[in-house]
This record gives sequence, structure tokens and C-alpha cells, in this order.
Amino acid sequence: MNIQFRESTEAASPLTTKTAIADCDIHPARATRTELYPYLAKRWQHHLEVYGVHAYQGMMEGPPYPKAQPNASRRDAYPPEGGPQGSSLSFMQKQLLDPNNVQLGVLNPLNTGQGIRNHELSAALCSAINDWQIDKWTSKDKRLKASIVVGNEDGLSAAAEIRERAGDKNFVQVLLLSRNVEPLGQRRYWPIYQAAEEAGLPVGVHAFGFGGNPITPSGWPSYYIEEMVGHSQCQQSALASLVLEGVFERFPKLKMVMIEAGFGWAPSLAWRLDKAWQRLRSEVPHVKRPPSEYIREQVWWTTQPMEDPERREDLFDVIKWIGWDRLLFATDYPHWDYDEPSRVLPAGVSETNREAFYLGNAQKLYGIS
Amino acid sequence: MASLIAGGVDCDVHPAVPHLTSLLPYLNDYWRDQVTTRGMVDLVSQSYPKNSPIVARPDWRPETGKPGESLEDMQRHVLDPFQLTHAICNPLYGVQMVFSEDMQAAFCRALNDWLVKEWLDRDPRLRGSIVIPTQSVEKSVAEIERCAQDRRFVQVLMLVMGDSPLGKRALWPIYEAAERLDLPIGVHAGSAYHNPPSAVGWGSYHIEDYVGQAQAFQTQLTSLIVEGVFAKYPRLKMVMLESGVSWIAPYLWRLHKFWRGVRMETPWVDRAPLEIVRSNIRFSLQPFDAPPEPETLIRLFDHMQSDELVLFSTDYPHWQFDGQDALPEGLSPDLVRKIMIDNPHATYPRLS
Repeated sequence: MNIQFRESTEAASPLTTKTAIADCDIHPARATRTELYPYLAKRWQHHLEVYGVHAYQGMMEGPPYPKAQPNASRRDAYPPEGGPQGSSLSFMQKQLLDPNNVQLGVLNPLNTGQGIRNHELSAALCSAINDWQIDKWTSKDKRLKASIVVGNEDGLSAAAEIRERAGDKNFVQVLLLSRNVEPLGQRRYWPIYQAAEEAGLPVGVHAFGFGGNPITPSGWPSYYIEEMVGHSQCQQSALASLVLEGVFERFPKLKMVMIEAGFGWAPSLAWRLDKAWQRLRSEVPHVKRPPSEYIREQVWWTTQPMEDPERREDLFDVIKWIGWDRLLFATDYPHWDYDEPSRVLPAGVSETNREAFYLGNAQKLYGIS
Repeated sequence: MASLIAGGVDCDVHPAVPHLTSLLPYLNDYWRDQVTTRGMVDLVSQSYPKNSPIVARPDWRPETGKPGESLEDMQRHVLDPFQLTHAICNPLYGVQMVFSEDMQAAFCRALNDWLVKEWLDRDPRLRGSIVIPTQSVEKSVAEIERCAQDRRFVQVLMLVMGDSPLGKRALWPIYEAAERLDLPIGVHAGSAYHNPPSAVGWGSYHIEDYVGQAQAFQTQLTSLIVEGVFAKYPRLKMVMLESGVSWIAPYLWRLHKFWRGVRMETPWVDRAPLEIVRSNIRFSLQPFDAPPEPETLIRLFDHMQSDELVLFSTDYPHWQFDGQDALPEGLSPDLVRKIMIDNPHATYPRLS
């Protein structure tokens, strides 16, 4: 964060050496408005110029809840050559990848074709973003890996995009957002899970997205902070839907990553699902095992923004309940709520757990050594 | 098993309205005529289908009728065996689903009068919550003021999933009246179904709605805190009823972190969210969503860093535990006393 934190009374625990890390949530940006045009058919270039993009929300430009910082990004992350934060590979190398010894950086582009009402445009933009990730990023820096973005509301075309990219080593996961027209467990999204499972790619579910639903179950809140804190509630509802619709039962090799929505909620959600399932399982006979078992076996979490208890060691209880093998370190670069690698973990973590948290879990999940 | 103690307060029991026609004696001529002429049906919410296993414990389910509709059953199942001095009645009749503010106001008024006559007048241990017609803030305030003259009403009751986030300024006259009249606001699980029951749309299943109640409580706490309700009404208490409690600490860690990051957006929030919760928000004990091992429970309560947050509840007749096991294992005798007696009395001024 570029916001001053209260200093802990305990000494900070900087990494004594720059141990290699994986950063599982990096957001690459376009330097110019038309940077995607070389990857788009003339028809779509024309469409964008004349009609623009109509998402499942009313604003033609920008988000309905104004961010806390321009582009929700650090003010010190503007590249010297111009353009928004996160739009320059050389500056990303200089500011993020080199000084933090990032060995694996997973790209999660956010302003893509997802959450758009015109599903053909959605598919075209996603495909363009996927080409752009290779050309601008992964082909130029081998540490970076891309995520396949897909037109989320049209399961069949999304599955086709995944199959087209399957086997391409530039890509390590499929990317969805948490807020869609329906909860993510619904059947319309199953072709995505089927294609991802066949391709051996995890499906990342990143916070945000537009699906047209009020972002709380009691309507639209007022403030950006409510949207930000609320990502964890959206993510919980999405994960509950995935479990209760039987997605994990139907696709047992599917792996899912919950990205940028916290992880502190995971134990209580799993306990609550288990308890309700004991009472109500006759309604969902396709959920054959206690929900917590599917979650324990098939779900991972990225760490940023790390929950930040007053007593930092309380975090260890929660991580123990989730499993040290399930967390993937992430900075969220270049966003304003960036987590600094040297200070996210309280002191007192074993070397094995520390290595798994910062690097090993991600290498294993994404098949990178 | 932590031992129950006598003299406790059960902060969440649910007397059931047998049928909409049970309210006819409490409606005026016009609304009695509306109900009968239009053939209105019983107002049963999807949040609590009558035959769902969570809606009644097998041994608390009557042979006929709705679980919770008999006072004698409630006495036999909870008031007597748990040796309670008080139980707070939170009717979950589906009046919140109505869209017309006039009809809703008539039904709420009838429901509150029904509660007095059929329950509070018949057992001195019972206390009531005022159900309000939230389609109209003005009518809600009027109903609060009308019912508050009876000191046996100890709380105002709202649903966790209503028309708008609970912190919204339009609702504040309700909070002003509640604070002035020594009434906490009880926020109970359940939806008016005026919005999709999750933040990501309509799910398929009853179990999904039930699990999702916890997420609804979380978004409401955020709304209440960041809109500044407790800066404006510092004496107001709010009680999250049937919310679950095992999510509280990690939720607050996250809210606290973002508040520090973007507090410039809501500068009227003059205290840390953790402090606001400790002074103004309480939670009913059941359902307690956690593994049965005492060591997990001890850690969960320790994470809350307060022994004043939780109030005893059985959630009668809902099926949250079996036998007399209303208290999860691992609570110390001191904490049992706080949960069963001290915390409810500190929360509800009208109990004493």
C-alpha cells in the first residue's frame, strides 16, 4: 500500500535475503486506448469507436464506485515513459519483478471483455487480450505467465477459447471474475469448467466483475469501501454456489483459485456449509461429501490483501485451518492495496511453510518448476 | 459440555403465526375484508419453508401445524428445561415480503398485537420484538412508538436482507426512535426477496440461501459501520440474530484493514470498526458454525478479543443443536454466565 500503516511495536521481519517468490496476482494494463486494435477485427474496432462497451452497469467509462486512487493503482507506479500504472514491462521489471526476485508472475488482466452485455464483443475482446498478453508480456519475459480470459456469460464460446489456448505454455490458468449474471456454480458456466479440467488448467476467480445484480443481498451500498470489503462476501457466495451445484463433484480434477478476496473467511464458510449440509443434504443429493472436503481438495487462495489482525499471530490459526499448502502469495501490483512481500507474514513461520507460501505452492499448482 | 445455568435469557425464539387468518381479529374492517375478498394466502417466506429440517428440530416438530405455533410446546421445549427468566420472541412471519406500505403497516400492527395477546400476556417470561413496515420509514417509526409504550417490547426487528443496506440514511429515523426508547435493533436472518438473496445473483437451493445469510450479515455490518450510524446514535445497540459467529473476527480484520486504507471516503467514522463492534454490536449464539473441538472454539472466542459480544439463544424451534447442547463445548463458566445472563441484560435495558 502507498498508505502509511501504523508501525508494529515488534520489529518488522524483512526477508534476510531476497528469497525467490511467486506473485500470483499481477495486473497488466494497456498503455493506450487503442493498444488492442491490432488484435481486433475491423468490425469490432468500429463498434468500440461508435458504441463503446456496455457492461452490466451504467457507466460508459470507469467504475460505478470511484476508486481510492487513479486506476486503483499506486501513484509511484506510473511508468517514466508515460501511460497508466502497470502498462510498461520494463518498469514492471524494475519496480516489481527484479527487486522482489519474482520467479513466477501470474498476469490477471481485469479490463477485458468480461462482464459485457454484447457476448460476441465479449469473446472478441477476450481473445484479443489473450494474444496481447503473449506479445506484450510473456514472450518478452519468461518469468511472466498469462491467464486465459474468456467471455464469461457464454459458456460455449468461452470453452472454445480455452481449447484453442490449451497446451500453450504462455498460459497457466483460466480467469473468471466473482460477480457474474448468475452465481458461478450455475450450469451456464459448466462448459468453462469442463474445458479447463480437460486442459489441466486451474480456474482463477478474481474479485470484481459486473453481472447486473446488486452487490449486496440487500441492494446497492454507498461506498467504495463497501465494494472492497464486499468482495469477500461475493467470493463466499460464488464458492458456496460452486460446491452446492456440484461443480467439484462433477469435475473432480478441477482446481480453483480464489484471487484477491481474502482467505480469512474460508474456515467459517466451510464449517457453515458442512453444518447446513448435515441438515439439508436431501435437497442436494449430488453433493455427496461434506462441502469442506471439496474445498480442502480443490480450492486455493491468493494472499493479497492479507487479513491484518491486531494480534498478527491470530492469522496462524486461520492459516492452519485452511492449510499452509493452499495459500499463494500475491502482491496485486500495481494496485494501491499492494502487499509488500517482506512484511505480510508475521514472524515465527517454519522455513518449509514460508517457502510453500511464497513460492512452492504456486509452482506446484501452476506446473512451473 | 459447558453447563447451562439457571436464570438465562434466550435472545432468539420464534413463535409462529399459524396462518394469515390468525391475524384477522387484529386487522381493521378494511384489511379484514381485503384479506378475505382477495383470497390472500399465508405469508410463508422461502427463508423458512415449514417442513425444512432446519426449521424445526425433529423432537420439537408438532404433529400438525407450524413448528413454534404452540406456547405450551415452547414452555415444555425451552422455557422450562433451560430454566430461563426471559425469552425474546422474534416472529418470522413473512410480512416483510409485501410491497404495499399500507398493507405492510396493517400486517405489522396486527402481528405485534397478536404477539402481545397470544404470547406475552400468557407467559410472564416472554418478551417481544416490534416488527416494522420498512416500506415506509414514517410508518415504521409510528409503529415503534405505539408498541414501545408496552415495556415488554424490548427490541425492534428487521431482516438482514431487506430493500436497502441498513446503514442507508433514509432509515435513520428508525434508529433515532429506537435509541430514544431504549430499544436495540435486532437484525434477523431472512430475506424480503426484494433483491437476489446473494451478492452474485439467485442461487438454486434453500441450503444456498441459508448458508448465504452469513454473507448478508457481513455486508450489513459494513454498511452500518461505514455510513456512520453509530457515530450519530452512539447509544444504539444492534443485535445480529441467527447470524453465525465464527466469521466475526476474520471479517473485522478485513474491514479494519480497508478502513485504514480508505477512511478518507467516510471521515465521519470516528472510531475503528473493531471498537464500534465491541461497543454497539452483539450476536446471538446459535447457529454456532464450528467444529466440535473445544480448542477451535477457544481460539475463535479469543480472536474476538471480547467476552461481551455473544448473547445466549436457542433459536427455537430451528434445529441448531440436539438435546440440551445449546452451549458449544469449551466455554468457561465465566463466559457461560456472561453469555447467558450478563450480556443480554447489558444489551436490552428493558429486561430489567
